[in-house]
Amino acid sequence: MAATDINTGLNAAGLRTDERMERLKLFGLASPALLLVLVILVIPVGWLFYVSFIGADGSFSMENYERMIKRKSYARIFQTTFEISLLTTGLCILIGYPLAYFMSQLPNKWANLCLITVLLPFWTSLLVRTYAWLVLLQKKGLVNDWGISLGLWEEPIKIVHNMNGTLIGMVHIMLPFLILPVYGAMRAIDRDYLKAASNLGASPARAFWTVFFPLSTPGLFAGSLMVFVLCLGFFVTPAVLGGGKVIMVSMKIVSNIELFVNWGAASALGVVLLVLTVIVLWIASRFLKLEQMTGGGH
Amino acid sequence: MTNTSSDALPINVRNVTKTYGDVYALDDVSLDVQSGEFLTLLGPSGSGKTTLLMVLAGFTRPDKGSLKFGEDEVIRKPPHLRDVGMVFQNYALFPHMTVAGNVGYPLRLRKVPKPEAADRIERALETVQLGGYGDRRIDQLSGGQKQRVALARAIVFEPRILLMDEPLSALDKKLRDRMQIELRHLHEQLGMTTVYVTHDQREALTMSDRIAVVNHGRIMQLATPQGLYDQPENKFVADFIGESAFIPVTRDGDTLRAAGVDVTVSCSIPEATAMSLMIRPERLHLVSGDAKDQNIFDAMVSEIVYQGDSFLLYANLRDGTEIAMRGALRADTFAGLPKIGDAVKLGVDHKDTVVIADGDA
Repeated sequence: MAATDINTGLNAAGLRTDERMERLKLFGLASPALLLVLVILVIPVGWLFYVSFIGADGSFSMENYERMIKRKSYARIFQTTFEISLLTTGLCILIGYPLAYFMSQLPNKWANLCLITVLLPFWTSLLVRTYAWLVLLQKKGLVNDWGISLGLWEEPIKIVHNMNGTLIGMVHIMLPFLILPVYGAMRAIDRDYLKAASNLGASPARAFWTVFFPLSTPGLFAGSLMVFVLCLGFFVTPAVLGGGKVIMVSMKIVSNIELFVNWGAASALGVVLLVLTVIVLWIASRFLKLEQMTGGGH
Repeated sequence: MTNTSSDALPINVRNVTKTYGDVYALDDVSLDVQSGEFLTLLGPSGSGKTTLLMVLAGFTRPDKGSLKFGEDEVIRKPPHLRDVGMVFQNYALFPHMTVAGNVGYPLRLRKVPKPEAADRIERALETVQLGGYGDRRIDQLSGGQKQRVALARAIVFEPRILLMDEPLSALDKKLRDRMQIELRHLHEQLGMTTVYVTHDQREALTMSDRIAVVNHGRIMQLATPQGLYDQPENKFVADFIGESAFIPVTRDGDTLRAAGVDVTVSCSIPEATAMSLMIRPERLHLVSGDAKDQNIFDAMVSEIVYQGDSFLLYANLRDGTEIAMRGALRADTFAGLPKIGDAVKLGVDHKDTVVIADGDA
C-alpha cells in the first residue's frame, strides 16, 4: 500500500492533466497516418470481403468459394504459388546468406559500398528489371549467345517463359529483402563472441556454426519470412517471365477481372490469399518475435 | 585433455614488435612470466597492454618476436590451439546459450563425456560461487554474475594459462573491490599462470605478484607492487603509480640540494644530469622542530581539502614547487590544522625520500 494517496495533494491534479495532454498530443501526431490506414486499408479490405460473398446475380452467395473448391485448377494455382515462393526463398537464402556474411566481415567503408550496390536495384523500376531479364534470357538473348559461343551448350536453352525464368527474376528482385535483415543481424554480433569461441578451442568453422550462425538466425528468419510473404502475392515478374505457363494466384486474380469481369471470384481469391498469408505470419510469429522483422535483433 | 592446472606454464616473450602504420603498439617487448605467477600489465589506454595480451591469446599477429608457453613456441599457433583461458572485458558470454551451455562450451569442443562435463561445469560454477545457476539465461544475470560465469568458462577446461582483459572495469566500485580479493584467492587456489590487464593502479597493486608498467609499447618497469611504489625506476612510473610531487634536485659531489634544503636519501642516486626528488603525499608529515632522520622543507599552505577519511594539504616550497601532503583525520583534528597562508614545516623520512632521473625512459 502507498503511504499517501497519490491522487490528491500538491499539484496532483495539474500533473495528471499534463500527462494526459502529452498523450493526446502524441496521438494527434499519429492521427494522419491512422486515418490513412483506415481509408486505404481497412475500408478496401472490408469491401473485398463483402464483394467476395456476392454471386453473379448480385445476391449474397458462397459460389465464389465453392468454385475454388470444385475446380482442380485453383488447387494447382495455389500449389504453384507456394512452390515458387518456397523455391525463391530457398534460393535467396543460398545466395544471400553468404553474401551478407561476406559484407558483415568487411571494414565499414567497404561494407557500406556493398550495401549500396545491393540496394541499387531498388532505385530502378521493377518492370524495367523484369524486362531486362527477358532480354537477357530469351532464345537469342545474351545468356544463350554467350553460353553457345563459349561452348557450354549447343542449342539455345529455354530459360525464360517457364519456371526457370520466373525463379531467376524473382530471386533477383527478392534478394535485397533477405540480405538486409540478415546483414543487420550479423553486424550486431559482437566479434568478441567469435574470439571467445576461438579462445575456448573452436576452429573457425566450429565457431561459425556454434556461435555465429545461431546468432544470425533471427535475421535469417525475418528475411526469409519477408521474401516468402512478398512472393505469395507477386505479380509482375512471374507474369512477364513465366510466359503464361506459370500461373500464380495474383495472375488468376487479374485474369478473373480482365477476362471475365468477375469481381466476386477475384475478391474471393484475394481473401483466400490474404488469409493464407496471415496464417503463415501467425505460424512464423510463434517461432520468432515479429519485432525482429524490423531489425530489432536480440 | 589438458594437464591439470597444478603444472602451470611459464610465459616467455622475446622481442615482440607490433606496428600499426607508423605507430609502435609494441616496441621490442621482452617479458618473462613465471609459472603460477599473477602478473599485471598496467598502463594508460593506448599503451599497448591490451595488444600484448592479444598477442598472448593469438588474436593479434605481431610483426616479429617469439612467444613461448613453457618450451613450446606458439607465436604462429592459431588461438584455438593455444589452450589458454581468457576473460574478456565485456565477458563475451554467448547469449544464445544458458550459463551451463556457456561454461560447458569448451568441454563440448574437447569431447568430454556428458556426465563428466556436467560434473565439471557444476564444480566450476561452485568455484565462482554460482552453484545451481546452470539453467539461467545470460540476460537474467547481473554484471557481477556475468563476470563470474565468464571466469568459470575460462577455467573449466583447466588451461595452464589464464588471461584477463580488464575483467572488472564494468562493475561498480564496491563489487570491484570484493572481486579483486576473490580473484586473488581463486588464483591461489587454482595456481594457473595469470596475466591480467588493467589501467587501474590500485587494482594492480592489490592483486599482483608482479606488475609490468607499460607505456608507448614498452615495459617501463617490472617489479613487485611494493617495489614499484617505493622505488620507481623512472618518472613515468613514479607519476603513474600513486600521487607524487617532484622537486628538482641539484647535485654537488655527494650533496643533494632540493628547494634550498640539503637532503639525505637512503636509496641509490641515479647517474643522470637532471633528476628529481619524488615525494608521496602520505609520506609527508607536519613537523614542529627539527626531527631526526627526516628531510624538512619550509612551506606555505596554499589550500587545504577535507576528504572524510583524510585531509589533503597543498603547500608551496621556497622555490615555488607545489607539494601535496595527506594526513589521517579524526573527528576533532581538522579544526586544529594549519590555515591557508600559514608557514609550516613538512618532513619526510630519509628512507621515504627517493631520487629518480628525469625523462621518461
